[in-house]
Amino acid sequence: MTTLTDRVPHAAVPARRPVLTVTDLTVVYDVEQPVTAVKDASLQLGRGEILGLAGESGCGKTTLAYAINRLHQPPARIASGSVVFHDRDGGDVDLLGLDDERLRRFRWSQLSMVFQGAMNSLNPVRTIGAQLDDTLRAHARMSRAQRRERSAEVLTRVGVDPGRLRSYPHELSGGMRQRVMIAMAMLLEPQIMIMDEPTTALDVVVQREILREIVRLRDELDFAVVFITHDLPLLLEISDRIAVMLAGEIVELDTATQLHRSPAHPYTRRLLGSFPSLSGERGAFIREGVDPEEGTA
Amino acid sequence: MTNIGPDVQVAVEGPGGPVEVPAETAETTTGPEPARGGGKARPAWRMLLPTMTPWLATGLVLIAGVVLLGVVGPYLVGDPDAISDVGLAPPSAEHWLGTTQTGQDVLAQLAHATRGSLQIGLMVGVLATLLSAFFGIYGAYLGGAADEGFSLLSNVFLVIPGLPLVIVISGFVPRESRGLWTIAVVLALTSWAASARVLRAQTLSVRARDYVAASRLSGEKPWRVIGVEILPNLLPVLASQFVYAVIAAILGEAGLSFLGLGASNASTLGTMLFYAQNGFALPLGAWWWFVPPGLVIALFGMGLSLVNFSIDEIINPRLKNARTARRRAKAAARVARKAA
Amino acid sequence: MTSVHVTNLTKDYGLRSGLRRSTLRAVDRVSFDLVPRRTVALVGESGSGKSTIAKLLTRMEKPTSGRIDVQLDDRTPVMGSVYQRHVQMVFQDPFASLNPFHSVEHHVARPLRIHRRTHDAASTHARVLEMLERVNLHPAEDMAARRPHELSGGQRQRVAIARALAPGAQVLIADEPVSMLDVSIRLGVLNLLGRLQREDNLAVLYITHDLATARHFSDEILVLYRGRVVERGPADAVILDPRHDYTKLLAMAAPDPDRVGSVGREGDTAVARDGIDNSVCYDHTLGAWVPIDEAEAAAASAAAGGVRAGA
Repeated sequence: MTTLTDRVPHAAVPARRPVLTVTDLTVVYDVEQPVTAVKDASLQLGRGEILGLAGESGCGKTTLAYAINRLHQPPARIASGSVVFHDRDGGDVDLLGLDDERLRRFRWSQLSMVFQGAMNSLNPVRTIGAQLDDTLRAHARMSRAQRRERSAEVLTRVGVDPGRLRSYPHELSGGMRQRVMIAMAMLLEPQIMIMDEPTTALDVVVQREILREIVRLRDELDFAVVFITHDLPLLLEISDRIAVMLAGEIVELDTATQLHRSPAHPYTRRLLGSFPSLSGERGAFIREGVDPEEGTA
Repeated sequence: MTNIGPDVQVAVEGPGGPVEVPAETAETTTGPEPARGGGKARPAWRMLLPTMTPWLATGLVLIAGVVLLGVVGPYLVGDPDAISDVGLAPPSAEHWLGTTQTGQDVLAQLAHATRGSLQIGLMVGVLATLLSAFFGIYGAYLGGAADEGFSLLSNVFLVIPGLPLVIVISGFVPRESRGLWTIAVVLALTSWAASARVLRAQTLSVRARDYVAASRLSGEKPWRVIGVEILPNLLPVLASQFVYAVIAAILGEAGLSFLGLGASNASTLGTMLFYAQNGFALPLGAWWWFVPPGLVIALFGMGLSLVNFSIDEIINPRLKNARTARRRAKAAARVARKAA
Repeated sequence: MTSVHVTNLTKDYGLRSGLRRSTLRAVDRVSFDLVPRRTVALVGESGSGKSTIAKLLTRMEKPTSGRIDVQLDDRTPVMGSVYQRHVQMVFQDPFASLNPFHSVEHHVARPLRIHRRTHDAASTHARVLEMLERVNLHPAEDMAARRPHELSGGQRQRVAIARALAPGAQVLIADEPVSMLDVSIRLGVLNLLGRLQREDNLAVLYITHDLATARHFSDEILVLYRGRVVERGPADAVILDPRHDYTKLLAMAAPDPDRVGSVGREGDTAVARDGIDNSVCYDHTLGAWVPIDEAEAAAASAAAGGVRAGA
């Protein structure tokens, strides 16, 4: 079994000090015919790095994110591997071995997550401020004034007017709700944020704005981001390094520039080829009907 | 997936439901079948059948038992109306369930009464379902003023209290013409409205789906759109509503008969209870007279409800997933304990 | 061969908020032509009115004003029940556009029978298999017996295309046909549409929010903003030389694989949405600005202090 370092020696190790190390993680779905959703996934996340996780539906990227966070539910089961978090203050935490209480304290304060369809996970009958307040009360010991101040601060950070603390979710647009979700994930200044398709349901212009916010926040606060999406061009614009997943395995892990210039794995090439370019030559491959699939049909 | 060839699309249960593992090449299906679908395309009606569980088995057994009692029983027992001079006798070898005040065999009466109740249950179930299907489904399909009108009608009938209305109508009809059919119609008229609302909501949901729009775009006539495209997707809900209607009918009829307002010439479980009440069965301790009919009503209702739970799983597949997840978790825990 | 001429299409929806009533103009004076062997792309974000235009063209909704003229080659108008034989639609969501209760065969056979393309069970079945082969679903016999939940997204969309072409449609409205499909399958489906267009001389309306595929797949692009066309012209002209602020905004906001690592770095200019003027439209074929709403355009140019330069 080759390790990631054997296959792609220079890019497997991030340029910065690692904050998360995943080694040979395997997740199995215990259904009638057991399915290996994630197979021997290994990666290292550098401190303050944006790591893109690219792949299509069913490749296991969401399962991987859930497993790292231990959010997976039966029939999913972590069959082998380890997930180690390297704290800023020096200690190492084995995520898979944490007991329930310590896991609860670890979550959101060191590692937080923005889920797919997050903008629909706000409680429609409570105000934004109440929901942010709930999160703070669950994880931190702060007075009410401090909580209000922190909520306002975090909203301003993501570009939402703090006056919106009194608004209900349905009074905000999709883009604003997504920013609120990102703000919620930032409340306790975690060292890692995992974002699962945070901009998929949004218009292209709003998406661009949110991406700029994420990069700006990362520059300010120096947290690491795992950005999961199928939109490879988006990752190329925003990520430092990109991991490509296919059928449960990480088939390529490289810097964005390298991946774009010379993709190593045929699937990466195929994925890149699926996105016609806005600039550059008008693709002959569509108009003249040269279909890479029809040739093999 | 190292054990599956590259030319295959496989459906895999992901965190949000079935997702697909993409194939390397074109959309062909050479190779093993999808792991979840299983085998050749199953006929559509098989998709609608519930999976066998202990609940469903229990429910079916109860229903089968009562139906057997009602359908076959009357041919096997004696004459329910035969009076004898052995009044209020407890169960014995000669009378398995004892006798009534006038010496009639309780078991014989039970069999005939069950048949009567089943008849009413079925009649009302069918009538109520037809009414609710018409006002609910057709109204929702038409939309606009017709939908508003049907909806208003349903709401009016819903607001009117059922049992008092039944009592009033029943009391209004003279005793001689108060046959089984009259009671059935009265019960159906007072119970279709709730069902109609449920069916209307479901139809509105199905009607809004793309495939209905697509079939209209293809040029399908409205009656075909309702019958062929919308109705099959409503069958589980319809079945569930039918079962509810039957339960409500049997209980409603029992209530009516107990009050003396039931069918005059028919013998049902309710009339049995009525006579038992009038014959002072409870104060006299003749439990064998009123417990069997009550028990049959209760068990039949329970059986129908259990079947309805299984139908609910078809309507809402997430209930089924929750159940299988619980079962798997228990099995995994058992395995872990054994290994420890 | 059939063509479609859309003139000043307008659609208003009445909104009721409590006791207040207002009108939402979803589509405002949109005009375009669909001719055989050419693809017109309607590009816009959600709320731009593009899906409403699809509904109007397929007669799922009635226009408030304007005309939709469908004609054969010899100018005979296509009206009434024959309309559906000529104009068909491929829906966006492959998971919702097929009835889970019925087989693939049913979906393709029904339009064939309704429009009397075949007359008995045997010929219908043969034609269904033929159509499935045309959209690259092999083996056709096996595919025909399947139910939608046994197919992948791409396969379902191909069935939807076969269904749309079954009545012998000459005009195809493709409403975001690939946006819900896996990325690596999208080009295959678009190529299929391209091939079918060439083989059957179809007129295609390609509705999308994705500028990149619009550029590569269509001959003409119309950019929609809030129900109005703000820029129109040959695909390359509109994409490579956008004149309207909104088109420029879209082009800049779209993720471009050739712009590696550009977010947040220098050169990533701020994206501003305020002040987009949708009272005028730039027409690349005419090479000029065309006012959509005379009154609004006059007011806007007066506010801007002069005549808008053409360059």
